[in-house]
Amino acid sequence: MPDLIEKTPSGAAAAAAPAAEKREKPRSLWGDAWGTLRRNPVFIISALLILLLVTVSAWPGLFTSTDPRACNLDQSKVGSTSGHPFGFDIQGCDVYARTIYGARASVTVGICVTVGVALLGGVLGGLAGYFGGWWDALLSRITDIFFGIPLLLGGLVFLSVIKGGSVWTVIAFMIALSWPQIARIARSSVITVKQQDYVQAAKALGASTTRIMLRHVLPNAIAPVIVVSTIALGTYISIEATLSYLGVGLKPPTISWGQDISSAAQQYRNAPHMLLWPAGALSLTVLSFIMLGDAVRDALDPKLR
Amino acid sequence: MRGASSAKWVAMAAVVALAATACGGDDDKDDKGGSSSGGGIVSASWTDPQKPIEPANVNEVQGGKVLDMIFTGLMEYDPKTAEAKPAMAESIETKDQQNFTIKVKKGWTFSNGEKVTAKSYVDAWNYGALIDNAQLSASFFQDIEGYADVHPEAEGAKAKAKTMSGLKLKDDYTFTVKLSKKFSTWPQHLGYKAFSPLPEAFFKEHDAWLKKPIGNGPYKVDSYKKGTGMKLSVNKTYAGEDKPVNKGVELKVYTDFNTAYNDVMAGNLDVIDDVPAGQLANVDSDMQGRYINQPAGIVQTITFPLYKKDSWGTKDAIKVRHGLSMAINREQITDKIFSKTRTPAKDYTSPVLKTGGYSEDICGEYCTYNPSKAKKLIEEGGGIPGGKMVLSSNVDTGSHKLWMDAVCNSINNVLGKKDACTVNPVGTFGDFRDQITKREMNGPFRAGWQMDYPLIDNFLTPLYKTKASSNDGEYSNKDFDKLLDQANAEPDTAKAIKLYQDAEKLLVKDMPSIPLWYQNGSAAYSDRVENVALNPFSVPVYQAISVK
Amino acid sequence: MGRYVIRRLLQMIPVFLGTTFIIFAMVYALGDPVAQMFGDRTPDPATVARMRHDLNLDKPLVTQYVLYMGNIFTGDFGEAFNGQKVTELMGEAFPTTLQLTLVAISLEIVLGIGLGLLSGLRRGKILDNVVLIGTLVVISIPVFVIGYLAQYFLAVKWNWVEPSVSADPTIDEMILPAFVLAGLSLAYVTRLTRTSIVENMRADYLRTAVAKGLPRRRVIGVHLLRNSLIPVVTFIGTDVGALMGGAIVTEGIFNIHGVGYQLLQGVVRRNSPTVVGFVTVLVLVFLLANLIVDLLYAVLDPRIRYA
Repeated sequence: MPDLIEKTPSGAAAAAAPAAEKREKPRSLWGDAWGTLRRNPVFIISALLILLLVTVSAWPGLFTSTDPRACNLDQSKVGSTSGHPFGFDIQGCDVYARTIYGARASVTVGICVTVGVALLGGVLGGLAGYFGGWWDALLSRITDIFFGIPLLLGGLVFLSVIKGGSVWTVIAFMIALSWPQIARIARSSVITVKQQDYVQAAKALGASTTRIMLRHVLPNAIAPVIVVSTIALGTYISIEATLSYLGVGLKPPTISWGQDISSAAQQYRNAPHMLLWPAGALSLTVLSFIMLGDAVRDALDPKLR
Repeated sequence: MRGASSAKWVAMAAVVALAATACGGDDDKDDKGGSSSGGGIVSASWTDPQKPIEPANVNEVQGGKVLDMIFTGLMEYDPKTAEAKPAMAESIETKDQQNFTIKVKKGWTFSNGEKVTAKSYVDAWNYGALIDNAQLSASFFQDIEGYADVHPEAEGAKAKAKTMSGLKLKDDYTFTVKLSKKFSTWPQHLGYKAFSPLPEAFFKEHDAWLKKPIGNGPYKVDSYKKGTGMKLSVNKTYAGEDKPVNKGVELKVYTDFNTAYNDVMAGNLDVIDDVPAGQLANVDSDMQGRYINQPAGIVQTITFPLYKKDSWGTKDAIKVRHGLSMAINREQITDKIFSKTRTPAKDYTSPVLKTGGYSEDICGEYCTYNPSKAKKLIEEGGGIPGGKMVLSSNVDTGSHKLWMDAVCNSINNVLGKKDACTVNPVGTFGDFRDQITKREMNGPFRAGWQMDYPLIDNFLTPLYKTKASSNDGEYSNKDFDKLLDQANAEPDTAKAIKLYQDAEKLLVKDMPSIPLWYQNGSAAYSDRVENVALNPFSVPVYQAISVK
Repeated sequence: MGRYVIRRLLQMIPVFLGTTFIIFAMVYALGDPVAQMFGDRTPDPATVARMRHDLNLDKPLVTQYVLYMGNIFTGDFGEAFNGQKVTELMGEAFPTTLQLTLVAISLEIVLGIGLGLLSGLRRGKILDNVVLIGTLVVISIPVFVIGYLAQYFLAVKWNWVEPSVSADPTIDEMILPAFVLAGLSLAYVTRLTRTSIVENMRADYLRTAVAKGLPRRRVIGVHLLRNSLIPVVTFIGTDVGALMGGAIVTEGIFNIHGVGYQLLQGVVRRNSPTVVGFVTVLVLVFLLANLIVDLLYAVLDPRIRYA
């Protein structure tokens, strides 16, 4: 995964709110950002979509009464009929029901990997950046080691070895090979913040290391991590689908978009509807998280205000 | 200047990088393996054989294709009837079903000019059997007396002899074979390519031979570029009857058969011998009749881990296994999932054994879909052990996930439960085999069997005889073993087949595995070529393909 | 700067050893490559033991690793499953993949920077939004879906290109696969360029250039673009390694016998010499690309110094 944001001094997006804002009292970075976000249509749309997705994942039964595992081969590859708007897949399962029920696994993978990567990468990268010297050399080289392993290859090998196909093994694996990206960003971000005057001042005043890290460095260095994480979330979901295509992703009885897309990809000529709906749902999800990430990036970037 | 010196260092680092990437060196390229090969040459799809091509070291179809083209053994299997017919054998005679005298035809040469003699056979077989050469198909020689000396079974044991005592040269064109016990149909095994003759060049310049194998078959290898393809041309010295009607064959390695299929449609490839599952529904319209779908000697089954003594290995579980077999709607699955490129199984063999032991009546009602009786039988047997079962197969080839899903759905629908049967797709074949050979399977698993030679014995002995090499469910039945031994010793073919079928009936009664369907060979070809046919091993009969 | 380069090169050694060991251990953990060679037949123990001995598989993991690394330093990368030397395999696979990567990178540079520049200059206009949505869609569809669809429609249905790449590929055959491979990175480069352009358009030096009355072409070409490209160049640099090792899916679909395909074969056949050998070279490429990118900073931006 490319680490692009690290090198980007700042970001911008089409719908970035103009700088003209009333400022009555000084607000925190976060307060400012929230003010911007509230008025950003991209943020509102993406937030609503994500809310919908989370609801679907948590309570799929609200959206369909059809059982995704009730399949009748007689209906194999039948297109849209009444009561089954998306048609049936090759096994004769209802595509709409499978799309709804498949949301949970995909969204869980996306969110959990993102959180895990942000925590692991953020902490290791932050420590490397803050302490510098030997710590930095050691942690950075460990980062390089994991960075050097191609993700799909690692997936093929690692996931075959542990034989699990549950959501949690896939998540654990993806965290293990994705954290270096965030670690690098966190490291460079912490290095920048560390040299700021207010951190030096706090040091001069005799503040403890813990206090400096938690009160001064963390809040100011975390923005780029959040930004990249939200964008990367979408790509994690997409990678899960590719792992399923390679035969090492999630496994039944888990229902996931990735599995459905990879079996539909072979039938693209005979039953395109099998591909369209789960792939469309995946794209929509990825899109809404990327849009959210974009909006957050704009809001957190002081230069654009 | 600072900038300049920095740039210099960058350049140096770049040089190191380039050197590192290029360290493999670049071979001078062969002539361009252009798109459609013209001039009477047939291009065909291929994948890399897993081992270097040696007759006794190839045990899969892709390497087998090449062996078929460059070797002719003592016997050959008729591409249409699967019957074993003498090819290089003048005669094979026996009086006691144990001692055979083999006369080799004169006038045959290898493509390098060497004569094919009895010694070419004896040396090749001794090479194949010897443990030091670690050949994958060594066990094909195990019936010959003295095999245990050249190929001891125990781990780490050394060979006591270099040659098998059962093989004796009589004169230049005659040799005798003594088997360790009676085996009437043994000569019919000799069409298997592990029994091919080898030239002196194989032993003297082994590395060169591996790079460019030399045989006595209808074709000879012109160039072999591993990972890319092989070019074969007609062997001018070939003494057999089925001389090629084309000028040669180019085998092209494909990473993905879907791509090969698209290449046939685009006119870049002439023959694909495995139509990908996703294209089966549209292959008729795509190819406008240039599509073959015919039985091959492959049967797919679901095997039960009978070594799990307290679940699948109990007495009651027999009823459950019968019930599960009847809960699978074979007709529907072969139709909807496989577009009729599979035929519902009615016994444990294959329809290619037309007169050699195939029967439509062996399995009977146990292989017929009957939901109500299936449910009743499973319940009588105490239900599925543990209430749930997991069906496993590798999914890296052969659209196994699709039919596994369908089979599980069929069973679940019959039982009226949603998760009585779930599918466990295993990423790679290697991993799947590991779990099987280590006896780690807790539920039924896929077992596909592709025949080595078109004999009923080959569908029964290796798979179900006690402790046989592919008896992965550890089925064991003394009566079954006894019937097989009797059949092997029986000189009369019809009587032997009857005995084999009696043994097969015991399998139906015990159902150590559920016969699912016979796998067909499927092939599609471009409008450049004609007379494309598949042999019973689902390999194209390359010699017969004519180029327009 | 020389000392910096040397220090970085030295630091590569442990990273190199660490990565190769992890891959080695993972392929080792995949299991025995020997048993699966026998297909559906359970092999006899004697043959298996002999083959395992020939492959050093009967020794402990660490010994195997040491033996393997020892061989590597003498230039012996072992043999692939079919008896081909891994060095020979690399000699065929790496040039092919390098070709694919170069076409992909050219696409990233020409299209990515071009579209990014255009949408940055026309920020908020229709073109900008179209490019935005286009890139987001590309990011959100899994690569195998794009690959299959592109192959079917462009090659089979409309006959614009060939569905597969021949054994000795030419550059033009690589364009479609390169598009599929580069899709994600292309989208990133576009977004990155755009962001960078938008930001630099507000910079003082640009205002000065405009105020001086320089022609628009020169302002954009020399001042704006050149200064905006630093992060883009950085990204493309690190992307080389990712593209070379990440083409497993694309190479499979388009019949390219390159690094990704050989890696996949190596894993499927559990052939550790292939997998580890290829990854070793990939890691070297990746590490050196990283180093070059870091050094490029110093060349492109005189404010950065390495001691």
